[in-house]
Amino acid sequence: MIPQDILGNLPETPSQTAGPYVHIGLIPKQAGFDIFETNIGDVLVGPATQGERIRIEGRIFDGTGALVRDALVEIWQADAHGRFNHPADRQPGPRDETFRGWGRTGTDFETGLWAFETIKPGRVAGRSGHKPMAPHVSLWIVARGINLGLATRLYFGDEAAANAEDPVLRIIEQPARRETLIAPRSLRDGQPVYTLDIRLQGEGETVFFDV
Amino acid sequence: MTADREFVARDTAAHPQALTPIYKTSVFRAPHRPLLSLQNSLSEVTGPAFGQHEIGPLDNDLVRNYARAGGAPVGERIIVHGRVLDGSARPVPGVLVEFWQANAAGRYRHRNDNFDAPIDPNFGGCGRCLTDAEGRYAFRTVKPGPYPYRNRVNDWRPAHIHFSVFGSGFAQRLITQMYFEGDPLIRHDSILQTVPDPAARERLVALLDLNASVPLHTLAYRWDIVLRGARSTLFENRLQGN
Repeated sequence: MIPQDILGNLPETPSQTAGPYVHIGLIPKQAGFDIFETNIGDVLVGPATQGERIRIEGRIFDGTGALVRDALVEIWQADAHGRFNHPADRQPGPRDETFRGWGRTGTDFETGLWAFETIKPGRVAGRSGHKPMAPHVSLWIVARGINLGLATRLYFGDEAAANAEDPVLRIIEQPARRETLIAPRSLRDGQPVYTLDIRLQGEGETVFFDV
Repeated sequence: MTADREFVARDTAAHPQALTPIYKTSVFRAPHRPLLSLQNSLSEVTGPAFGQHEIGPLDNDLVRNYARAGGAPVGERIIVHGRVLDGSARPVPGVLVEFWQANAAGRYRHRNDNFDAPIDPNFGGCGRCLTDAEGRYAFRTVKPGPYPYRNRVNDWRPAHIHFSVFGSGFAQRLITQMYFEGDPLIRHDSILQTVPDPAARERLVALLDLNASVPLHTLAYRWDIVLRGARSTLFENRLQGN
C-alpha cells in the first residue's frame, strides 16, 4: 500500500496535530469520563521505586505569553542509577526493575500547570567519546496548533557541575538558551520541586530538539 | 554510545512545518527558532514498553467499551486495521497503539466540546491495543462524523480518527490522524493541508477493505502506519577511538 523507495525503505507516516481533545484518547479522565480499568501513564513512582522523590512541574506559554491549557506532556527518563528500562541500554551496573521511566499528563484546563511525581534520574552514558550526560528528563509536548510533537529536556538546577559538561547542553551555542532547559530546585512542604516553564515561541523560547 | 543503533534523521518534508498559517492555532504555537539537531543518545533510542495486562479485553472494541447494558452506539459499524511498520518495512510488534474520535454525529465526549450535535450515551470514543507479533493492530468502532471547528468561518474536519503510536524508542513517538477513502471534505481540510506533499497526505487515508469486512454486519478500512527507521552504528566506537 505504501510505496517503497529503491532501497526498500518506507517513508514515515506524516504527523498531525493531537488536537484539542487529545485527552479523550490518552487521559480520558481529564476529558471528563472514566472508561479504562487501567489508566496508563499517570504514576511513575511506587513504594518500591529507588531514588529521591521529586516533583517536576511547569507551565507552557504560546508566542503571546498566554497559557497553553490543552497540551499533553509525556516524559521519559532513566532510573536513579542512570539506567533505562529498555533492552538497548547495555550500560553496566544495577537497574531499578520497578521503574518504567515514562509518564504522561495534561496541562490543567484552568491553571495550565503540568506536573509529575517522579524520582531524580542518575547520569546516563553519552555517545562514544563524550562525557556522561547530566541528569535529565526528556519531554515530549503535543497540543492543538502543534503539528509535530516538540522534544525538549529538563535539566536540574542543582547539578551545575554535571550540566557544565553535559554533551547536549554544550552544543547549544548561546549560553542564555541553555538556561531555558534548566529547572531551579525549591522545597514545598519538605518535598523537592523542580520548575520548568516552557515558552513555545519568542522571547526566552525553549530549546527544542530535532532528535 | 552503549547502544548499537540509532534512528535515521526525520524527513522533514514528509511532516508539516511547525508554522502553517492555514491552520491558525499554529501561528502562536510554532517555535521561531530552528530545532537543535541532536545525534541520538540512549535517551532517544530507548522508550517505554507496555504489557498486555494493562489492556482491558474490550479496549479495542469501541462498539462495546462504553455501551450501557443492552445498548449500542448509533452509526456505521467499521473495523479499522493495519500494520505498524518501521522504515525498513519490518513489522513493529508489541507496541501500544491508541486511538480516539468523535461519534457518528461528529461530537466528542469531552468537557470542552460544545458542538450541538448530541453525545451518544453508548459511545466513549477511545480505545487501544498492542500490535501482535506481525505488527498488526485492529479495532472495531463506528465511523466518526465530520466536525465543524473555528479556523476559517466554514471549516469542517473530514471524518477522522486520531492515532498515537509508540515505537521501540522515544524518538519514534508519533501522533497523527487517519482519514477515509473518498471523503470529499479531505481536499478542503486545513489541517491535512499542513502536510506539504500530496503523496504524503495520501498516506493518511485509509482504504475501504471489503476483504476484511464481516458480511451482513461490519465494513472494514485498512491503514498501515510507518514509524521512522533505524540504522546500525557499525563503526562509531572504532572511529571515536574508544
